[in-house]
Amino acid sequence: MSENLLEVKDLYVNYKIYEGILKVLNGVNLTVKKKEKVGLIGESGCGKTTTMKAIMRILPDNALIPNGNIFYKGRDILKMSDDEIQKIRRENISMIFQDPTAALNPVLTVGAQLMDVIKYSTDEELTKREIRELAIKALKDVALPDPERILKNYPIMLSGGMRQRICIAMALISAKELLIADEPGTNLDVTIQDQILRLIGRLVEERGISVILISHALGAVKGLVDKVYVMYAGDIVEMAPTEKLFSDPIHPYTQALFKTVPKLTGGGIPEAIKGRIPDYINPPKGCRFAPRCIHAMPICMKEKPPLKNIEDEREVACFLYE
Amino acid sequence: MVSYVAKRLFYSIFVLIGLSILIFTLTRIIPGDPARLALGPLAPEWAVERLREKLHLNDPLPVQYIIWLKNAIQGDLGESLVSKRPVVKDFLTYFPATLELVIFSTIIATILAILIGAVAGRYANSWFDNLARIFTYIGISVPGFVWAILLLFLFGYIWKVLPTMGQLSPGLPRPPVRTGMMSIDALLVGRWDVFIDHLKHMILPALCLSIGRIAQESRILRAGIIENLKKDYIAAAISYGIPERRIMLSYLLKPSMIPMVAVMGMDIAGSMGGSYIIETIFNWPGFGRYSLWAMLNKDLNATIASVMLMGMFFAIFNIIVDVIVAYLDPRIRVMERAT
Repeated sequence: MSENLLEVKDLYVNYKIYEGILKVLNGVNLTVKKKEKVGLIGESGCGKTTTMKAIMRILPDNALIPNGNIFYKGRDILKMSDDEIQKIRRENISMIFQDPTAALNPVLTVGAQLMDVIKYSTDEELTKREIRELAIKALKDVALPDPERILKNYPIMLSGGMRQRICIAMALISAKELLIADEPGTNLDVTIQDQILRLIGRLVEERGISVILISHALGAVKGLVDKVYVMYAGDIVEMAPTEKLFSDPIHPYTQALFKTVPKLTGGGIPEAIKGRIPDYINPPKGCRFAPRCIHAMPICMKEKPPLKNIEDEREVACFLYE
Repeated sequence: MVSYVAKRLFYSIFVLIGLSILIFTLTRIIPGDPARLALGPLAPEWAVERLREKLHLNDPLPVQYIIWLKNAIQGDLGESLVSKRPVVKDFLTYFPATLELVIFSTIIATILAILIGAVAGRYANSWFDNLARIFTYIGISVPGFVWAILLLFLFGYIWKVLPTMGQLSPGLPRPPVRTGMMSIDALLVGRWDVFIDHLKHMILPALCLSIGRIAQESRILRAGIIENLKKDYIAAAISYGIPERRIMLSYLLKPSMIPMVAVMGMDIAGSMGGSYIIETIFNWPGFGRYSLWAMLNKDLNATIASVMLMGMFFAIFNIIVDVIVAYLDPRIRVMERAT
């Protein structure tokens, strides 16, 4: 356990909205070891981003955390003072946001934003020139041509792929131990998305940091991560080493999810999972997947299946494996 | 940026020509004979007729307008029927005092609007925000002259702490006129006492002109801040570990101020309009009071000229505001270059 860098334990997050309380996270558990590359997959709206925002402590004001812990090197992020979490954000963990266009401030130059990140990422007093040089290096690291010009540009002058690379450069500066990548490149075309994922994979490898890669595209994470968590409606339903998960998924949701992926061979339109993500105001009482599950048993409607270790490095939350 | 301004200046010319036709026609078709009004009821008919001839009032309207326009382009806006001086000269006398008042009230309005709007937006629904909300509703709904009467009563009658009339306390010498703005003229001759005394005289009228603006502009800023606080770039900046103070000042305030600055151009022009009544109430010898007087006396040339001057300043302030907005928002600059 000592080498666990990040440990999310039984995390619940609710959102207070006009219509009531959205019970989004329903006891999430996940761990990231040092230098480990972790994937997190699931449909849109299943709580992946909420989990990550909880880790960074940047949830919106209407979010409540009724229960749970997020241990970073053994200390609970949720109980840290503002200064402590600020130091973690400055030096240890950082996040690449889903939409690079929204994540860059439209009225400040790339240089102003990037240099701010560099300036506050260390306690050392850097000179303006040193900061500038570090900024140019950061842009070169993410394979951006002509960094001098990009520093002077506003985000609107750059392409989507360039903005994505800039966001990666900014996040990497303050992610000296853990990088959270929230669906990087989703808004870009497939070739660029692939380049972006490879770039993240290479940079993470070079720097020896841990990464949580979020995606709803299964294939995207396959070659990049050591283990994968599968999330459904605020629950972690399955965790397995990447190879095992792809060759032998055991949770009914994971199995159904893989069937939705279009294949080059075989032809035909892939099957969609029947039904949709449940209403978070009145979620199903037992297993949240039960209403859509083809194997559902009476107990699934009453109790929530716990996430259990069934074999080495493999966990599942399903009564089929009790 | 130069072509951006040039384009707007070019458009303003058309606006001003349109405005001049409108106001010219209006002043001539409303009932009442300006020549008779100028000379009084006892003047003989032949004198009135001579003045009418001199003012070209017997010519058809389009001819009158062309004559006016020709002179106006040469800088001759005619003679005031009331003061019997060239209108341009009158304006040079009265306008700086109004400009000074409007600038001073703009400074007050902008500082307070930013402070109130930023705090209310950042701490939305706090006690401060609720207080600001009440102030805003009152500020927007109560017209300036009501504030004027209220402030006169409070500061001129109950606590006699601020002067309520004119520009300077009796006994102090008027500084020699160089710019026409007394505060600057006082500084130019190094009279701090005159400067301070003059500022004190400006506080009440300037407040009356700015209360409505503070209310409106702070609301717009508050809305901008609340909206931008939800943006990903703020969450991103926090997650990079940038300190909150820095985020508030440069990441949040700058984009949030754009809509507020955009309405400021209108508001400044609105203050000039408000000065008509406020200057009359506070006995401020400015252009507003002069114009009101001109209109009430059907002083043709002075009325047209004062409306045109208002229109010109409206156009100029809006161009200035457009430039500031373009400075704040690079998206506009990029778009401008693309077209």
